[in-house]
Amino acid sequence: MNFDLCEEQEMLQSTVRQFAATECPLPRAREIFDAKDGHDPELWRGLCDLGLGGIQIEEAYGGAGLELLDLALVGEVLGESAFPGPFFGHALAALAIGLGGSEEQKRRWLPDLASGSAIGTIAFAEGDQMWQPEQWGLEASEGGTRIEGHKCFVPHAGTADIVVVGLAGGGMSVVERDCAALDIKESAALDRTRRVAEVEFTGAPAHPLPEGVAASGRVRDAGLVLLAADAMGAAWRCVELSVEYANRREQFGTTIGHFQALKHQLADMAIEVEPARGLYWYAAHAFDHVPDESARFAAMAKAHLTDRAMQVARDAVEAHGGIGFTWEGDLHLYFKRAMFDRAFLGSPEFHRARAAELGGW
Amino acid sequence: MDLRYDDDHERFRTEVQTFLSAHWPPPDRGDDTDRKAQERAFRLKAIEAGYLARSIPRRYGGSEQPADVLEAAIIREEFAKAWAPGDVAGLGPSLLVPTLLEKGAEWQKQRFVQPTIMGDIMWCQGYSEPNAGSDLANVQTRARLMGDEWVINGQKIWTSVAWLADYMFCLCRTEPEASKHAGISYLLIDMKQPGVDVRRLKAINGASHFCEVFLDDVRTPADWIVGERGQGWDVSRATLKHERNMIGGATQTLTYWDRLMRLAERTQKDGRRALDDPRVRDRLAVIEGYVRAQEFSAYRQLSKAAKGEKAGIVQSMNKINGTNTGHLIVKLALDLLGDEGLLEPEAFDPVTSPDVNTAWVARYMQTLGAAIAGGTSNIQRSVIAERGLGLPRDRERDQSRQARRPSQERRS
Ligand SMILES: Cc1cc2nc3c(=O)[nH]c(=O)nc-3n(C[C@H](O)[C@H](O)[C@H](O)COP(=O)(O)OP(=O)(O)OC[C@H]3O[C@@H](n4cnc5c(N)ncnc54)[C@H](O)[C@@H]3O)c2cc1C
Repeated sequence: MNFDLCEEQEMLQSTVRQFAATECPLPRAREIFDAKDGHDPELWRGLCDLGLGGIQIEEAYGGAGLELLDLALVGEVLGESAFPGPFFGHALAALAIGLGGSEEQKRRWLPDLASGSAIGTIAFAEGDQMWQPEQWGLEASEGGTRIEGHKCFVPHAGTADIVVVGLAGGGMSVVERDCAALDIKESAALDRTRRVAEVEFTGAPAHPLPEGVAASGRVRDAGLVLLAADAMGAAWRCVELSVEYANRREQFGTTIGHFQALKHQLADMAIEVEPARGLYWYAAHAFDHVPDESARFAAMAKAHLTDRAMQVARDAVEAHGGIGFTWEGDLHLYFKRAMFDRAFLGSPEFHRARAAELGGW
Repeated sequence: MDLRYDDDHERFRTEVQTFLSAHWPPPDRGDDTDRKAQERAFRLKAIEAGYLARSIPRRYGGSEQPADVLEAAIIREEFAKAWAPGDVAGLGPSLLVPTLLEKGAEWQKQRFVQPTIMGDIMWCQGYSEPNAGSDLANVQTRARLMGDEWVINGQKIWTSVAWLADYMFCLCRTEPEASKHAGISYLLIDMKQPGVDVRRLKAINGASHFCEVFLDDVRTPADWIVGERGQGWDVSRATLKHERNMIGGATQTLTYWDRLMRLAERTQKDGRRALDDPRVRDRLAVIEGYVRAQEFSAYRQLSKAAKGEKAGIVQSMNKINGTNTGHLIVKLALDLLGDEGLLEPEAFDPVTSPDVNTAWVARYMQTLGAAIAGGTSNIQRSVIAERGLGLPRDRERDQSRQARRPSQERRS
């Protein structure tokens, strides 16, 4: 048995980490956070030049042909860097087309998605916590080729070229952004590294994915794993930032890391997070290799890790005192990132209930 | 123990109701300026009648009523029902006024108490500095007595509402030769003067309530000192005690609890009210245990105080108890919310903002601020362990005192 990353995977993470540290250090992430539209085309270009736009897209369509675990490992590093931009929605859109599209559709969209010259996103949510394929109610007319209706919490809808829309019955259709039959209204996103919008489809021409019904649950599961990975990265960075701060900040004539109460709190934060790293690895691995456990562990990883991340982000603010409570410090990016990971695609409570059911309890 | 409303109290309730129906609301509310004036006029009448400013002596503009928890509860209930203005809120009335009443000079009480409780002047609290947070006694802002004035130089940080404040009550180092705690004085400063530079800081929830305050040759008269030179530390502890009671008081917990119940009623879960879901009910019931405990603990402390007795260790627990219960409340609220957790709150004031779902996102963050402001939860735990339970002080903190004194106190 070898439950560990291979050398290539470690390289992949360190390449992305290096890229994020040089191209988007936290001060830059904060600028984008505060900017009006929150998208930096240069940064996206740079990410795609590393091949990260199509990690899991088949090589035949210009991707790297890797697995969900590789994608999630990248997601973790982006979470750790509070990296702004469309990565999450883009990856899911590509996955949806890869899993559910016809040969012709794949040829039409995947190469551009893989190179990053087109940005993808997913339109799943319908409000009132309706995220899941089983819950979708949006109807397509004219044999599924026209969409009229409303979706919300669509990631970076304003910059996306290709939107994968979830439909009643659990199917998915692709809408090309330049069809002009989309009305996009930015929402006041809490996590401004990943903006969301409401989208009104006004008779948009749609391209149904023939295997959409079979693929949509898989896309959701992949999304859950990516959220868990992002939460892992964000939470671990909160631990690191708190430890760094405790080694630097002085009160009572010594660094606060000398106080056992604080030391134990930092250790508890680490205990909450670090052991869960393997949980998202396994969930990602199961997606490609253990079909029976895939859905269940995706749900479990999302519920567990995003809950842990939320608490750890909170603890990190406390460990920083007043400076942690500001918008001008770095922590608030992670705090809000954790809020996103927790709420997007359904609450931890919802997915715990699913995990129990999927376990046959 | 007797908690019944007896005939006297029922009579008192009728009196309050009669008073309110005669004086509130005014026939025509008018614009903002009119409203302010109407509220002020109403408060004066309510003080006159003995319903507001009850703990404040008449000679300083209060109504000086004997502490009576039941009467106070009746006033709160009836005023709330009539939407009538209660006592002015803020750092001045809740922190400075009790401190002045306890430690201030006669002329200070005469001059500052009434305008403060009437809301005519606003205060901010200049304690924390970049290097003096938990270790508050490390304040470095320097005040020198030059002739009949103090000249003050230094920097304060996290100062809530400083940009609105007319005055600041502030800790400064006046005796640099003395030991850490014995070198501090408690000064009152006019904020509207050259040399006071206020920079607003944006908080995690998007609000800009707290500020940096730079003091550059700022002046204040020699007698604007509360207590003696070098006694500022002891005076500040009086303020902190009130601050912790304010943050840990049951009022906010009860408001949050009430709103949590309403959220559970209006949220649908699996086709029924969240309130009917057994998991939610159990968590609510656990929380209510803490909420009611806090409420009755407050009554108990008030009753003791009315008799001039000390409530003991529980008093040092108010703040952290309130912080913890607040956290339980917002955690459940966040679970009930779902999607709104992705959105920025529309309004940042967690108490006065309308009862919309995204207000819980603001409250989720506000309760985190409460765990830091007024002494962090770790510092609270140290106070309880050391002063309450009699455990020894940390060695590190002890060593940071240049000269040890017998007293066991700190900002701690
Ligand atoms: C919303 C808000 C409003 C505020 N308003 C005001 C105001 O109006 N006026 C004002 O003067 N101040 C105000 N403050 C400041 C507040 O009092 C300080 O932030 C607080 O005392 C903590 O100090 P610090 O930020 O320097 O953190 P630090 O003291 O640096 O603490 C950092 C971490 O170290 C821990 N720590 C420090 N010492 C010890 C120890 N001995 N043992 C164990 N753990 C320890 C703390 O618990 C914390 O987790 C406000 C703060 C907030 C968040």
